[in-house]
Formats: sequence, structure tokens, C-alpha cells
Amino acid sequence: MGYKVRMAGQLAERIYQVWIEAPHVARHALAGQFLVIRIDERGERIPLTISAVEGDLVRVIFMAVGKTTYQLATLRPGDEIRDVVGPLGKPSEMARYGHCVIVGGGAGIACCPIIARAAKAAGNRVTGIIGARSSAFLILEDEMREVCDELYVATDDGSRGFHGFAADVLKKVVTEKRPDRVWVIGPAIMMKVTSEVTRPAGIRTIVSLNPIMVDGTGMCGSCRVVVDGKTRFACVDGPEFDAHLVDFDTLMMRQRMYLEEEKVALEQFSSHTCACGGRKSHG
Amino acid sequence: MAERPVAERVRDFSEVDTGLSPQEAIEEAQRCLQCKKPSCVKGCPVEVNIPAFLACVAGGDFLGAARIIKQDNLLPAICGRVCPQEVQCEGACLLGAKDSPVRIGDLERFVADYERALAPRPPTRAEPTGRRVAVVGSGPAGLTAAAELARLGHTVVLFESLHEPGGVLVYGIPGFRLPKDIVRAEIDQIREMGVQILTNHLAGTSVSLPELLAFDAVFLGTGAGLPFFLGIPGENLNGVYSANEFLTRVNLMHADRFPEFDTPVRHAARVVVVGGGNVAMDAARVARRLGARVTLVYRRREEDFPARKAEVARAREEGVEFVTCANPVRILGDQCVTGVECERMEMCGADESGRPEPVAIPGSQFTIDADMVIEAIGQGPNPLLIGRLPGLAYGRRGNVLVDGEGRTAIPKVFAAGDVATGAATVILAMGGAKKAARAIDRMLRDRVGE
Repeated sequence: MGYKVRMAGQLAERIYQVWIEAPHVARHALAGQFLVIRIDERGERIPLTISAVEGDLVRVIFMAVGKTTYQLATLRPGDEIRDVVGPLGKPSEMARYGHCVIVGGGAGIACCPIIARAAKAAGNRVTGIIGARSSAFLILEDEMREVCDELYVATDDGSRGFHGFAADVLKKVVTEKRPDRVWVIGPAIMMKVTSEVTRPAGIRTIVSLNPIMVDGTGMCGSCRVVVDGKTRFACVDGPEFDAHLVDFDTLMMRQRMYLEEEKVALEQFSSHTCACGGRKSHG
Repeated sequence: MAERPVAERVRDFSEVDTGLSPQEAIEEAQRCLQCKKPSCVKGCPVEVNIPAFLACVAGGDFLGAARIIKQDNLLPAICGRVCPQEVQCEGACLLGAKDSPVRIGDLERFVADYERALAPRPPTRAEPTGRRVAVVGSGPAGLTAAAELARLGHTVVLFESLHEPGGVLVYGIPGFRLPKDIVRAEIDQIREMGVQILTNHLAGTSVSLPELLAFDAVFLGTGAGLPFFLGIPGENLNGVYSANEFLTRVNLMHADRFPEFDTPVRHAARVVVVGGGNVAMDAARVARRLGARVTLVYRRREEDFPARKAEVARAREEGVEFVTCANPVRILGDQCVTGVECERMEMCGADESGRPEPVAIPGSQFTIDADMVIEAIGQGPNPLLIGRLPGLAYGRRGNVLVDGEGRTAIPKVFAAGDVATGAATVILAMGGAKKAARAIDRMLRDRVGE
């Protein structure tokens, strides 16, 4: 029993994609939603945004940062993931807004094409802005170019596209074109900084929050975030919220809750990993 | 029945009680007066024929006793362990007036364990009716409804959003009170009865509402899984958990065995648990087993604890310290918890539940040092599914309104357990689920006749 991996591979430096056969998720998934996986009997439950759907397959894209994501990166077609539950969370709020800008940073670009597609389907003009540390970390450029009316690429080191941050590009787009709605998706610090760009202009800006979760269904409260001064559960009240109301500092503080444990788990995993690829062969 | 010594049990998650021996069981069952009008049966939410099963035990026929119990209760090994017998069957036992009541719970547990060790036979099923029923949630209510409906011949699909069925029986109640292999064995029996259990399926999304409502009937047993928080400053500091999260991490995800298992839980030196119910006692006792010094803070008096007396006694034996008539007003710390500021409460008059109303004493603030806080102040129904079913009627606390047989305001949708009653006990959920299952059966049979 389990959910089969159908395709898997590396997209950029430490960023991987896995296509999982999970009809119950694929058939019902909408832009903005996520799923929770548990790789094996001893695994932890981690949330991953649904990045694409094709038939009965769902795609997740992730950066290898901890034990679970490194282990996930070792999976090959034919391997199984013990548990996949979803779709979870509220879908992206979508309507015909006019001009939408979708900004993705690093592995956060993963969620951009599916939102861009939904925005297009709702009759919007869509501008994409994707940014990464360098060209080696950049993902989904072709896919975004295909779906967006125009696409800007930015890298911190100038190795591809604009030399600077996605926020700098957004500033220019906001000034010149005054878009109607903006999504910013990426690491918490990037979302915090980038969404400040649209605040003075009062453009409604949406971020997708990624706190630590356990069940993903509103049962534990681990994913508490503060929005507009109120405590909300990102798993069921989100994951998308109004960027200008989010308390990013609390989010970042809570994301660091298990830093020590994450280090221990990763060290143990690394020392046990050999050519055969992880725990499976070590009992 | 033997109880493992404290020094031994606080170091592991094995069961505290070790159970009756066959000889002890026979002797205890022989104490039953076999009343003509047994009040114990009236005290039981699922009306197990207690005198009949006790007579079997008294005569040494343990399998016969198991068959009698299972006519009314398909999860006896669980109920024998977690029912509040002192306010149900045993509370109604006539022997209790002068002496101690018959230990019906221990005997139910003994009989169920005895049968499970041999070859348990699932109850026989009625002729298939060809009717399909969706059961949502695999906690006590869902399992009971699924088993009952399967026995009556209906095709049952049980949807569970977590990766393991059992609901609060697996994520909430710790193994030292309810060993997980026992829950698994009772669920296996329900599978053997033909119930299809689909884990990782969140009803309403993994199964859409139209897909769900395409079943001939739907039973909602989604429980009370939404944790309440105190709403005081400092609550989002690292180290503050809901009891649900803390217990789920340990019971379901085995965080006590990190890094052998991947899910971590904070290892704290000083834990404050807030609340006085069974969940608070469970959380406190789990925290003790993880090696912490544990202080339980409750705003009323000890005699007002909603928890079972036996659980309070065990928590105390295991070293949990109680601070009663105190209420947390602020959680202290920078990024991580360093303490809890409380104020003293005095009991005044009576509130609407008839209990004394705790009122803060001005200027009585004091601080308890802590590097972890667990809030166990109650749970409400999770609105994820029930909030999206058009036409449902809700009570004041967000619970689904039902009639005496579990009918909701939507035809063919039934509900029982905590989602209908608000947080209550395993056995009350089972009692409600059984009634609802029978009402579903009658509805489906009437329709067959049409």
C-alpha cells in the first residue's frame, strides 16, 4: 500500500520535483492548495504545495533542507510514498481582477505556474516575476514563460536576467502598470520584504504561508500564524493570506522551533545514507 | 487487578493496569447479585447485558461472555479501559451502596482480552442490502456506526483523514491507558466485517461533497478535533502546544522515540499543563514520561476536576504537581517559553453548569517557571467538513444539531459523537452512533420497500 512515484528528478541546485500518483488528491486539487506526505512508517508528516496536476498525478517541488526532503529527493520512479493526504487548505481566491502579478522566489516558484494558470483561466492578464540566488537555483522558467503574458527573471548575482531581487522588478511593474492583484510566494523573509512593495499603493497582495504542520486539517494548531492581530491556523484558514496583515516575524520565529532536532535528524540520515539511498536498506 | 509500580511505569508507555487473572475474574463476577431489574444496564450508554455476561464469567465461560458483550458493544477491550464506569454501570451497581460495586469495567476488559488472545470471530453479517453508506471519521463514533451498519448488511466506506484509523483512540489517548495494538485489533475486526477503510482521505476534499452525498446515507463522526486556546499574550511563543498537538506528536507520530522516528517534540525540563479534564491528565502524564517536572494548573478546585478521579490519582502518584484555583493570564518568554504568569481564583456562587464560578483575586499574580506549556482546555467540532455541508443546523458551540436518533437537518445525513454533543466520552459517542446506525438502517430498508 502506498502512493507510487511516477517521475522524479532534480530541477536546480538542491531543488527537486516528484510526481506522485494520488488520484484522490489530483482529481480535486485547485491552485493554492497543498498536500501532506509521510514517506514511510517512521516518517514525519510534512506539507508541500501542489505545484501541478496531470491526470491522476500531482507534482511537488521542494528544496532539500532537512531529513525528510533529502530522503524525498532520493525517491525514484516506482518507489512508494506511504501516505499522501489532500488537497488541503483553501484554494487561491480567484476572479477576473484585471492584471495579476505572480512573484516567486527560490523553491517558492514551484507554486507559481498553477496560480498563473488559474488567473489566466479567470480572464486576467498575468505577469510573472521569478527570482533566485543565481541561475543555478532558478526553476520553472520555461513553464512560467509559457503561461504568463510576460515574464521577468531576476537573480541576486545577475547570472540570469535582471541583476537584483524580485522585489526590485516588482517595484518597477507596480510603478509602471499598477496591477490589480499580486501574489508573492517564497521564503518567509522574501515574502515579508517583497510584499512591502505593494503596501504604499494599496494593492491587495497574497502570500502563501509555510509554518510547521502536523495533521494539516486544523486538529493540532501547530501552524498558528498571526494575521491582522488574530491567531489563525494556516492549514485550514490559509495557506494564503493578505500579505499586508501577516505577522512575518512570528512566522519566522515559529519556523525555527525545531532547528536543533532538524539538525540531529539530518546528521543521522546523512551518516546512514549510502549508494543504496537511505533507510529502506538499513531496516 | 494489578497496577505497575510508579517508578517503573513513568519510564515507559506500557499499560499501567495489568488486568485480572481468570481466577480473579471468576471471583469478582460471582459477586454480582443478578438483580431482576439491573440498574447497571440502564447506566450503560450502549446497554450491554451486564448480568448475563457476568453470569458467564462467573461460570468460567469467557467466550460466551464475549459474545454477549459484542451484541451491544463491538469495542469492549477499549471501553473496558476508558469508560467512566464509576458514573455509569458501576455507579449504578446496588453493591456499591454498602460495599464496592462489581468491577464491571475490569471484567469487560478481561473478557475482551481473553477472546482477542484466542481467535476472535467477527459478528455475522446480515444479507447484503446493496445500500452504500459513507462514514466520515474513524474515531469511536465512526467505528461503531461502520461496524453496526456492516453487520446489518450495508456496504460501508469509512473515510479517515489521518494515516491511521482510530481517531482520538490513536492520536489522543496515550498507550499507557489504551495500548495501540488493542485499538488496531478491534479495527481489524471491523475490516473483517467488510468495512472499507480509506485513510488519507479528507471528506469534503479528497472525496468531494457531491461524491459524498451520492452515497445512500452519510454518517458524520468527525469528533471534536479543533483545539481551543486560552487567547492570552505569549501563546504563540515556541514551546506552547495544544494538548492535541502534543499528544498527536507522541501517540501517533512517536516523537518520544525521535530520532528513530522523524517527528520531534520539545524536551522540556518544566512543563505547565493547563486544564483539569482527562486530556489534561493524559498530557501531564505523557510529559512526565518524557522526563519533565510537570505542574498542572486548573482554575477551579481539585474536587471540580472534570477528569476521572482515578486518572487524577494516577497523575498525582506519577509526580504531577497540582496548582488549583489558578488561571494563566500570560505566557512569558522571548522566542521560547520561560514561564507562565497566573492569578489566583476564588470560587463564587455558581455558574450555569452548577459549578462554582472562578473569579480572579486582584493583585494575586504569581509566576511558574516553564519551558513548555500545554493547553488542554477543550476542543470544539472541526468545521472543515460540517461547515461546508449546505443545510446543516448548528448548535451554540458549532456542534451539529441532531434529533434523538442522530438525524441532522439534511435528509440522509446523520451525525453522532463529539461532533453532535461537543467533547464527551468514548462510550457516549458509541451509544449515539449505534442509535444513528439503526435509524440509517430503518431509513434504507423503508426505501428498499418503496
